[in-house]
Formats: sequence, structure tokens, C-alpha cells
Amino acid sequence: MSETNGPAEPERGEDLMADLAASGGEPDEGQARHRVIGTPAPAQARTLLADQRGEPAEVRELPAGPEDLPSAKRAERAVAACFTIAMLAGLGFIASYVIFRVHTINNVFHSNLALGLTMAVAFLALGAGAVIWVRRLMPNVELTEQRHVLRSTPENKAAFAKTFEEGAEASQFVKRPIIRRTLIAATVPAVIAPIVLLRDSGPLPEKSLDHTVWKRGTRLVVYGTNRPLTPAEFNSPGASLSVIPEGFADNDDALAKAATTLIKFGPDELKAPTVMNWTVDNIVAYSKICPHLGCPAALYEQTTHHILCPCHQSTFDAARGAKVIFGPASRPLPQLPLMLNAQGYLVAQSDYHEPVGPSFWERS
Amino acid sequence: MSTNRALEGVGTFLDDRLHGARGIRIFLRKIFPDHWSFLLGEIALYSFIILLLTGTFLTLFFQPSMSTITYHGSYLPLEGVKMSRAYASTLDISFDVRGGLLMRQIHHWAADLFMAAIFAHMIRIFFTGAYRKPREVNWLIGITLFTLGLIEGLFGYSLPDDLLSGAGLRILEGVLQSIPIVGTYLAFFLFGGPFPGNDIVPRMYILHVLVIPGLLLALITAHLFIMVFQKHTQMPGKGRTNQNVVGQPMYPYFMAKTGAYFFFIFGILALAGAAAQINPVWLYGPYNPVAMSAGSQPDFYMGMLEGALRVFPAWNWEVLGHDFAFNVFVPALVPLGLIFTGAAVWPFIEQWVTGDKREHHLLDRPRNAPTRTAIGMAVITFYGVLWAEGANDIIADHFNVSLYLTTQIAQVAWLVGPILAYIITKRICLGLQRKDVHLLEHGVETGIIRQLPSGEFIEETAPVDEEARAVLESRPDYEPLPDLGGTGDVPAPGMRGAVGKVRTRLYNLATESVPLPAGNGHRAVEGNGHGQHAVEGNGHAAPAEVSSGPDAPPADGEH
Repeated sequence: MSETNGPAEPERGEDLMADLAASGGEPDEGQARHRVIGTPAPAQARTLLADQRGEPAEVRELPAGPEDLPSAKRAERAVAACFTIAMLAGLGFIASYVIFRVHTINNVFHSNLALGLTMAVAFLALGAGAVIWVRRLMPNVELTEQRHVLRSTPENKAAFAKTFEEGAEASQFVKRPIIRRTLIAATVPAVIAPIVLLRDSGPLPEKSLDHTVWKRGTRLVVYGTNRPLTPAEFNSPGASLSVIPEGFADNDDALAKAATTLIKFGPDELKAPTVMNWTVDNIVAYSKICPHLGCPAALYEQTTHHILCPCHQSTFDAARGAKVIFGPASRPLPQLPLMLNAQGYLVAQSDYHEPVGPSFWERS
Repeated sequence: MSTNRALEGVGTFLDDRLHGARGIRIFLRKIFPDHWSFLLGEIALYSFIILLLTGTFLTLFFQPSMSTITYHGSYLPLEGVKMSRAYASTLDISFDVRGGLLMRQIHHWAADLFMAAIFAHMIRIFFTGAYRKPREVNWLIGITLFTLGLIEGLFGYSLPDDLLSGAGLRILEGVLQSIPIVGTYLAFFLFGGPFPGNDIVPRMYILHVLVIPGLLLALITAHLFIMVFQKHTQMPGKGRTNQNVVGQPMYPYFMAKTGAYFFFIFGILALAGAAAQINPVWLYGPYNPVAMSAGSQPDFYMGMLEGALRVFPAWNWEVLGHDFAFNVFVPALVPLGLIFTGAAVWPFIEQWVTGDKREHHLLDRPRNAPTRTAIGMAVITFYGVLWAEGANDIIADHFNVSLYLTTQIAQVAWLVGPILAYIITKRICLGLQRKDVHLLEHGVETGIIRQLPSGEFIEETAPVDEEARAVLESRPDYEPLPDLGGTGDVPAPGMRGAVGKVRTRLYNLATESVPLPAGNGHRAVEGNGHGQHAVEGNGHAAPAEVSSGPDAPPADGEH
């Protein structure tokens, strides 16, 4: 900001001479060196405040205007041009609002582009105009202001202490402990009450995190189509599906715990600790809710039988009871016991045998 | 002339009633020192103003409701899909309100810029020592603003109730549940029952548009008032001391420049909103707890928390018959908690170690406080490793490395990286100090080679000019540890115990630097200590003025 200005700059005086001397008569190099050192360029301007040695005080703090008139004229035109562009762009913004319709993806694209670009040009031109104005027209000055110590004088501190003590005495807050103590006691409920008021912001958890809506005989339906499944319809090894309990498609609270992944294996691919009694025809069901932080463990890789949670990359081996093979999850995905009902559809034998999803204090 | 008379009329009217002439006159002449790094905080301030403006527009159309509707709006790919009103109204803002998409995108970009600017501003304050007395209170306010900004951002991008942000809320639920004893209750009270419930969006909404912005506004106001009252710090330079402020006055210079700066920031954000798509929620779809896509990322300022959760080992223990998710609780709360707490107490630790209770208005160059700078870089490295790990799937994908390898690297790097950063930074700082000393001793190479009559070639150097000299000689002026009665080699009683020994060692560590050449710097009485090759007649100032840097006692100004 305080780099050398153009010709509008008042005479630079001694500092320029010092620069020249310092850089062996090569002013450009002198400037370059300033930047290498990483400091603001020298203060070319005059400190216009009178110094303290009793010289007569200057009346003016800021100079009246630039001395180089042709350059100032050019700068003036540049500033005015910027502001004119800003005005035109602003009008363009209003025009774009009127001209461009929305309601389709394409229209929105064009409207957004027109509104945004006109707005950007308007603001950037305003900014550019103001910067040219400051740097090319306003004479460069640097003023010095003295600091004062923040600490109060001892007299003021003493006066404050006195006032405070007088007030305390007049109120007799110190002298009458019973008033003080009962007042403090009275504020305690005022602090607790707002917290108590929040009690009804939700029900108590009780045992609700321990269970899902899966019950003996609940049919597994395909997420999205809500169609029940028979093993014959789901018979290509390596396939996987998201399934949900029948009748809960619109119940997010239920699905947040009951979402399940169904995977079909080839013969003899499933290994311990997978509970084989809970599988049907090499079809195994695991909770889709990651035991780390509850994201849907949604990515399944056929060749490795790995289930990957996209949130924090916990990886589970679906062929081996969904045990954790990488990542921050500390437990396998719970396995849902499966069986066939009388009509030959896949149903649950029971709920999950352990709570699904992330850890919680009461989980046992 | 008539303008003048009008101004006088209005001014008199106001002054007769409000008495402003003197105070406002002083404010108009308030001095603003110049340095590019002083603009970082302004970026945060102006982003916040833009957030208020665009955010207010969005509230006119957004419906913070989780009741389910079937979509029949302009965005045909989601025709007939069930979604919450919050999500549907976000689609309406994007596709049916003219300028709505632009305001949404500017709002989101401005939020990212707000947080990025706070990061950069905070780093600048730390490395230059601007948090030192008397500015500790503003430093603490700044840390609070940062924390509030994180929560405000998280709630803001979760409001549209889309698939991506819903996963973020699910993670929030898991983190709350990991808190011992009360965690499950906190989660149920926040969500109004089991996740996701129907309450979280309206609750986040009122916090996002009223409570947190109100706190932010109040704290930003306090932040600025304190700054104006205490006056600005300044970088070292010629004529700049601990007792003055050198710069340009508020009116008209700073006003015009900062106005321009506001327009530039708004302009850049408008450009981003026009041309750079951000958070296209229509592509993610409405939230449902069953689906999730790969490559899920939170906004960048949450990335460090996300990375900590990814990098932490799967430790989950039973404590007193209860389930304690160490693998969630610790990474979610400890790393960021350590950084914030450490930052908050740092100014006071530094005061204790250096025994320096004086006011500081002249900033340190980072190289001149090598230990502080090295600690800062170590923390940034710690943060940076976890932050990068928060995007390890993206990194693995783009750089074609194994996903697990990125995590394993991060598991080592978050411990080793900060140590290396500390050592390397310290060496660089001390090296730069040596370079400064060399410049002071031998001057600047002019590029002029001269042949002496003897045939010998020498390169001429020129002594550095006054401005550069003032900068090069600026060093923190550490006082010796308080003398508690020790004499000679016998340590003072207060420094004999374990605490005293630790403090002495820390003091030596904190004040480690390359000494300035003899005759320079601290309490220089005479001589300017130029190198032997200095060209004569360079017109440097009198010795008294040279030493009037930060080193000039008493820096406290207690006289």
C-alpha cells in the first residue's frame, strides 16, 4: 500500500537520496531490496505533525492536493471511468433480473451467470475506482500518533476503589450476610430452571437404541421398490442389495437403525465367524449402519467381499461375519438372522441380537 | 459554499444534541498502519457482513421444516420424490427465485471465506506476537469467534437437509452419543428423539439465523472496539516505536481503501457465486438414512475433525460396565480442544516463561521469535495432517495411492510431522537471523566489482539504508528473568526448585536468537557496526535514532 506512488507523489527528498546512495546509484535495485526484506517501502512522506521541540505547530495535517496536474487529470478520468462501469454493470444486473427467466436448469444457469457477473463487475469496478482515487489522487501522507499507556493513573484507580467501596458499604452487602446468602441462593434456581425447561426437547432414550423394528417374520423388501424377495430372485453370487423391513419405507427414524445390506455368496465362500444358521442359501444380511458413527456402510466390493463405509473408511469382511479389517470401527456389523417364510420370501428370524450403530454409554 | 453551510447546519444540529465534534474528529484522524497481513481480519469482517446480507435474503424463502412433501417443482430429475420442506424450499430458492441460486452460492462461498480468513488472521496474530499484552482479551474473543464460526457453518450447511449434510448430522449424533454418561441424553434432546426425527432442522435454523449470529455480531463489535481503543499494532520500521503508531489516517485514506476492499471481496464472492458451483444439493438428493455416496466431504473447516475421526485407531473400551467409544470421543473432542485451549493459554504461558509483563505494540518478525514460530508451525502441521486426512479418500483417488496407505501415513505423520516442523522452522528462523546479521555487518551486495591497484578484485557492498536497518535490528527485547535474590553463579532461591529449573530452561529456549553484531541493537551506545567493506557517506541516522526501535527501554512506557 505504501509503495512508491507515481508522479502525483510530492517530492521524495532525502529518502530517495538515501536509497540511491544505499543501492549504488540504482534506485530500482533499492526498491527490489526492500521487498526482499519484506517490509513496507520507505516512508517517503513527511511527518506533518509538529515535533515536540517547540517548533511552531503546522496548521494543516494533510496536504491540499496533488502537484502534478496532468497526471491527476488522467487519474481523475480513470476513476470516473471505473465508477461509470460500476453504474452500467449495476444497471446490467437489474436488466438481467428482468430479462432472464428461471424455472429450468438452463435458464437458471444463464440467469445466475448474468446476475453474478454483472454484480461482480459492478463491485470490482467500484473497488478499482476507489483504489485509483486513493493511490493516484490523494497525496501520500504518513502521520504519527502517540500511544498512551492503557493502565489508569493511581489516582483514578484509587478513586474507583473508593467509589466501589462506598457503594458496597451503602448497600451493606458485606455487612449483612443473610441478605447476601439468600440472594445467592435465590439465583441458583434461576440458573437451573432454563436447563430444566429443556427437558421436554426430547424423550428419554430408555432402551430405544437397543432395538430396531425387525421382528420374527418381518419380510425384507428391496429399498426403493419395496418388493419382497425370494432366494431365487437374488441368486447371482457377489450381488448386494439394500433392504429394509416391510412397511417402514417412509419412516426415517426406523430406517436409521434398520437399514440392512443383503449379500449373496457362492457356495463355501462364507466363513466363520459368520453365523451360518442365520443365512439362507448363502445369502447373508448385515446391518448397513456403521458401528463407528452411523453412516450407511454403502460400498461393497465383490471381488474382495469388503464392505466400506464412505464416511471414515471402516472396512468389514462380509465373508467373515463382517469383522473389521481396517479403520476406526471397533465392532463388526451386526448380522441379521434370516429365514424363509411359508411363501418362500426372505424374512427375519428376529431382531438384531445386539444394538446397531454407534457406541453409547448404556450399550452393553 | 452552500454545501459548507449545509454541512455546518447538520453538524451543528447533531453536535448541539449529541456532542460529537471532538470525538469524531479524533476518530477521523485515527491512524491505520499499513501491512498486507493486516487485511486478513478485514476479509473475515466483510465476509461476515456479506453473510448477513445474503443470509437475510435466503430466510425470506427458506422453510425450516422437516415435514415430508412430494416434490413437483422445476427441477425435473427429482419430480415426484418425497423430501422435507427444507430441501424442497432449497430447490425452489435455486430454481424458482431469480438471484436465489446466486445468493445461496455467495452465502456458502462467503462462509468458507469467513472461516479461511479467520484461520489466516489468527495465524498472522500468532506469528507476529500481536496477542501479547494488552491484547490477550481480543485474542480470546478471536478464539471464541472461531469456535462459534465452526458451529455456525456446520448448522448452516446442514439446513438444506440433503443427503450429504444429513450424513454430517448422523456423525454429530454419534459423537454426542460417545460422551460418557450424558451423551445419549444429549443426542435425544438435540434431535428431539431418535435420529433423524423432525426437529433438528428448525432447531438448527433458529440457532443459525439468530442466536449464533447475534453472539458473533456482539463479539465482533467488542473485538473492533477493543482494537480501536488499544490502537493498532505495527510492523517494525523506521520511526516506528512501541510508543507511537505510524500510518495513514482513517479519513479519507483508510475509509476509501477499506471501502474498496469491501467491494473487492463482494466482487470476488459474486464472481465465485456466478461461476463456481458450490453445494449443489439437487445432485445429492434429499436425506435418507439408507443411502450414502463415496467421496463425502464436509466443508473445509470441519475437515480436521473428520480427519481425526478417520486416523484414530479402533479403541473402544468397557468402563465400569459401560460402553466408552474412545475411538470417537477422543478424536472428536481432544485434538481441536487441545489446539483451542493451548492457543487460549499461550499468551499467559509466554508471559510466565519470559517474565515479560510489558505492553507490546510493535510486532515481532516471525524469524525473531524462533521458538514461538516453530511451535506455531508444529501446530499448523498437526492440524494440516489431520485436515488432509479428512480428504484422504479424495487424495487416494486423485494420486492413485492406496486408501489405507494414506491413513497409515497420517497415523505416523500427525506425530512425527509436528516435531520435524518444529526443528526445521527453528533452523530456518535462526538461518534468516544470521542472514540479517550478515546484512547488517557486511551490507548489501551492489553487483559492482572493483579491481584494486594490486590486481585484486573485490565486490563492493553498500550498507543497508535506515528503513531496512530499522527492520533488521528489530528484535524482541527480552528482559532477564526476575532476579529473586541470587548472586553470581548461585541461582536465586525462587529458581532453584524443579519449577525454577524448568522455567530457566524454557526461558533460554524462548529467547534463543542469533546475537546482533556488536554495537547494534540492545542499548547501543555508539557505533553502527557496519562491515569493513561499507561505502562511506551513506547518510544513516544518528545512533540515538537507530536504537529507538523496540529495544529502546523502557518499552512499557511507564514513565
